[in-house]
Amino acid sequence: MGLFNKLKNLVSKKEEVVDKEEKEEIKNYEEGLKKTREEFVSKLNILGIKYTKVSEEYFEELESILIMADIGVNTVMKFMDKLRDRVKHENITDTAYLKEVIVDELLIIYVEGESLSDKIKMNDNGPTVILMVGVNGVGKTTTIAKLAHKYVTEGKKVMLIAGDTFRAGAVNQLEIWAKRTNSLFYGKEGSDPASVIYDGLVEAKEKDVDIVLIDTAGRLQNKVNLMKELEKINKVISTHIEGAPQETLLVIDAATGQNGIMQAKAFKEITNITGIVLTKLDGTAKGGIVLAIKEEVNLPVKFIGLGEKMTDLKPFDIENYIYGLFKDMV
Amino acid sequence: MFEYMGDRLSKAIKNIRGLGKITEDNINDAMKEIRLALLEADVNYMVVKEFVASVKEKALGMEVEKSLKPDEVFIKIVKDELVSLLGGDYVPLDTKEKFEVIMLCGLQGSGKTTTAGKLANLLRKKYNRKPLLIAGDIYRPAAIKQLEDIASSLNIPIFKEDKKDVLEIVNDGINYAKENNLDYVIVDTAGRLQIDEELMEELKNISSNVKLNEIILVIDAMMGQDAINVITGFNDALSLTGCILTKMDGDTKGGVALSLRHLTNVPIKFVGDSEKMDGLSEFYPERMAERILDMGDILSIAEKVEGIVSEDEAKEQARKMQKGTFDLEDFLTTFKQIRRLGPLENIIKMLPQARSMGLNNISIDPKDMAHIEAIILSMTPYERRHPEVLKATRKQRIAKGSGRSVEEVNRLLKQFEMMKNMMKSMSNGKMKMPF
Repeated sequence: MGLFNKLKNLVSKKEEVVDKEEKEEIKNYEEGLKKTREEFVSKLNILGIKYTKVSEEYFEELESILIMADIGVNTVMKFMDKLRDRVKHENITDTAYLKEVIVDELLIIYVEGESLSDKIKMNDNGPTVILMVGVNGVGKTTTIAKLAHKYVTEGKKVMLIAGDTFRAGAVNQLEIWAKRTNSLFYGKEGSDPASVIYDGLVEAKEKDVDIVLIDTAGRLQNKVNLMKELEKINKVISTHIEGAPQETLLVIDAATGQNGIMQAKAFKEITNITGIVLTKLDGTAKGGIVLAIKEEVNLPVKFIGLGEKMTDLKPFDIENYIYGLFKDMV
Repeated sequence: MFEYMGDRLSKAIKNIRGLGKITEDNINDAMKEIRLALLEADVNYMVVKEFVASVKEKALGMEVEKSLKPDEVFIKIVKDELVSLLGGDYVPLDTKEKFEVIMLCGLQGSGKTTTAGKLANLLRKKYNRKPLLIAGDIYRPAAIKQLEDIASSLNIPIFKEDKKDVLEIVNDGINYAKENNLDYVIVDTAGRLQIDEELMEELKNISSNVKLNEIILVIDAMMGQDAINVITGFNDALSLTGCILTKMDGDTKGGVALSLRHLTNVPIKFVGDSEKMDGLSEFYPERMAERILDMGDILSIAEKVEGIVSEDEAKEQARKMQKGTFDLEDFLTTFKQIRRLGPLENIIKMLPQARSMGLNNISIDPKDMAHIEAIILSMTPYERRHPEVLKATRKQRIAKGSGRSVEEVNRLLKQFEMMKNMMKSMSNGKMKMPF
């Protein structure tokens, strides 16, 4: 039971951490994922108590728990097949043991395949450009504010560019955030996003900015002309700053269902998405969609939003995430 | 790519075809596919379970009449069950009283502010009311500015106040409406999690101190399994009178509609289906059922086409198509009508067999459409009637006039020729219309 032991080690390791800052970080995950953990893990635990022997009913209930966590119908179906196979081959009858297999297999989904970097790529010469994209209402602007806060606190010179010239109040919203986070701001209401971004980048270079965060309008992935606009934005950025955008982050609401997979696929096709920001994980949402996206689209999560405070956006740390989710299981 | 639900479903149902009666054995596959279809549409797991059981029961008890095919009977049972669940007792928006107040609530990013604007627009247009928008989101930066921009684009009055107490703002706004002869107040509120006790208290406080005719939950149609927690959370705290499903112009199935109806009986009043201010449509259970089952939406197209093409026009064109005298002038007319229907890919997607014809993922750039129109418009009326006269010099002139290349002109002419031939053979009965 390689991985599950690893999980056990991980949990005890996390609980023994003494470094104050690191402890704080772990606690954030623990708190932020509390609802998720209660919903998901406690159900798994109850399942183990309800059925001591593996049976068809057990499988059925397990399937329901996984689907209700929004792990994705395809991913769950594959997962269930794999699990049934293992149960058959390894002759597993004990549900307590099977629970370990389940956690093991779930972790495999995330770590399998090419290992994906969850670090943000930085530009050594000139500004690092981070482009935020996503459908409407997922929290792109708020995420930018939180990222700005993080980088300003780290001593970086940050500029926010308002590429959402469509939604009423969007430019304003970003400008307010720029002021609150002590970042520079570039925006012009009602003009073409690509040209605003171009002008913004010119200014960012002149002012020697370290990190440029670009907001874009929310777009549903099936709107061809809006997706084309995104292509154009990308072109403008890359012709102006070589190798930019260093990161194009797709922001996804953790409460999104199966459509999250469609979003990831469609955006990945148009732009070179380098990672996912999963927002609003602090609700009762389960964010199982991370697993489905990893499995079906192979994109890493780079940040997760665990609350409304400026400091509640956390760089995604798989170990802390697993600890936050499964600590009650060990 | 995974196979599309609609295709899998129809495959599974095909097996029932030709059988004398519906038995447990022969609907097993179909039941399985329906279950998956619903789960992939984000319908709540428990709701799916109950739904599947109830369909099975009804299907098994059904006597198949000789004139009907069992597969048709079966799919009808499924659809009817879905429709009755989705429709239930539909209650339209309350517009009977002389003065009304409606409050919108929901999670962050569900689309409350945009919906508030759409609702005001609809109330004025369809019900002849004089709406007032109250800016009750005092937390999110620029939320008030957003509502102000929307209000000014629609030329609808807005009430805002620099106060910390939302209840006070709402009360002042209502007084303002009464003083200014406005008769329908729409309160926009800040987005909140249903588990945020402090902010939920704020809404409860408003609902117990203000006479609200409607409390509407605005919910994102893309929501997954967590939707039930949101719905029940808001409903328990506020006794919702209705719900608006937003972002239905995306490619989500919107199974949340089914969970919503099944679990709470809260009626769905509208769906948001475009980013424009008139993008708020009444909710039709029938269409929703077809969307969830991936069965196409012929009804919607029919209705759209009816509104745009007159019967005479349609007859005349059909006659020309049959005779093979359909020319570029007619093509242009048809083309303009089609453009008025809205984004073409949406229309194509609604066709039940779009997928088997490989048209489901078609993407049509509105610019391409504009280019085609520009090319035809650069021809003289004579050329449009007699495209055969188009030779090199004329083509060059047309290309110049429309700002396109000669290749594009050629391509268009070739496509038109193909289309014409296809129409001819269709009307000769050599080829069947796909629908």
